[in-house]
Amino acid sequence: MKQVWAAILIWLAISVTSALAVTPAEQLRDPALEARARVISKGLRCVVCQNQSIDDSNASLAADMRVLVRQRILAGDTNTQVTQYMVDRYGNFVLLRPPVKRNTYALWFGPLGFIGFGALIFWLTARRRKNPKIAPAGTENPDEKQRIDELLEQYRK
Amino acid sequence: MKFRLSALIPLLIFSFIGLALAIGLRNDPRAMPSTMIDRDMPAFTLQAVSDDLPLLQHSDLLGKISLLNVFGSWCTACLHEHPTLMRLSRQNRIAIYGVDWRDTPSAGANWLRVNGNPYAAVGLDSQSHLAIDLGVTGAPETYLIDPKGRIRFKQIGPITEQVWRDTIEPMVRLLEAEQ
Repeated sequence: MKQVWAAILIWLAISVTSALAVTPAEQLRDPALEARARVISKGLRCVVCQNQSIDDSNASLAADMRVLVRQRILAGDTNTQVTQYMVDRYGNFVLLRPPVKRNTYALWFGPLGFIGFGALIFWLTARRRKNPKIAPAGTENPDEKQRIDELLEQYRK
Repeated sequence: MKFRLSALIPLLIFSFIGLALAIGLRNDPRAMPSTMIDRDMPAFTLQAVSDDLPLLQHSDLLGKISLLNVFGSWCTACLHEHPTLMRLSRQNRIAIYGVDWRDTPSAGANWLRVNGNPYAAVGLDSQSHLAIDLGVTGAPETYLIDPKGRIRFKQIGPITEQVWRDTIEPMVRLLEAEQ
């Protein structure tokens, strides 16, 4: 049991240190507000590194954006208002979860389309296997009969 | 051997993937669309870089066509565009203003002393307040501002002689023609 606890503690220590780009000096005193800041930051893209959230990134601009997020929260903004503040300046690009709009339909529903396409192929193939186009014996026309006889002749030689 | 249309399917899929990748290669992921084009220059208050350098004010950017250049003493690509900015400033081609971004006054002032100062006025934005309001993603970035104080164009990356000649100067001419 002791070992299990030790393992859990080690895992916790590793996961916490590797995830935290937020420095103690940046954090808000009120845990509830700080939790909101973390949630908002996780949804905002670091525009320098592009595939990290500002919550994860060590880039200096990301640090300044984190501070700004906290300043907006202290100024009384709701989560949506803080996010909109960033979108006003950096566009939808700053959102790690892009909104469903006409120009993002391909992004959101494209994968569904691919699954549908795959299902269609699967269905067509399965149907063909179930109904083979091989005609039963005895229904061949004279030309075919002659060809079969030729082949059998060759085989017997 | 009978020709079957379905034999073309792999070729079609391959062409589709090839085309998608070719488009992907041509897209520059750093060239992000700016939301600031045709918007008013945001209000700002900057710190002085040095006592003997004029401090950039919002009113500096009104009444004439100007370039607002975001730089920093830590920014290596800024050195790349610096000769062009120096030349434009020497020839009085256009008013150039500087935002010394995420820097310290001493490092910024020293950088301008060593490399030359092309800026009519300059201000320090140590905590990215103006940079975030402008949607800056990296230095150097340069904003072309019309006499009404509206941002008309954003250059991401250094202004080389070629960028000036092919991209920015034509836009400056267009703005001049508007007046």
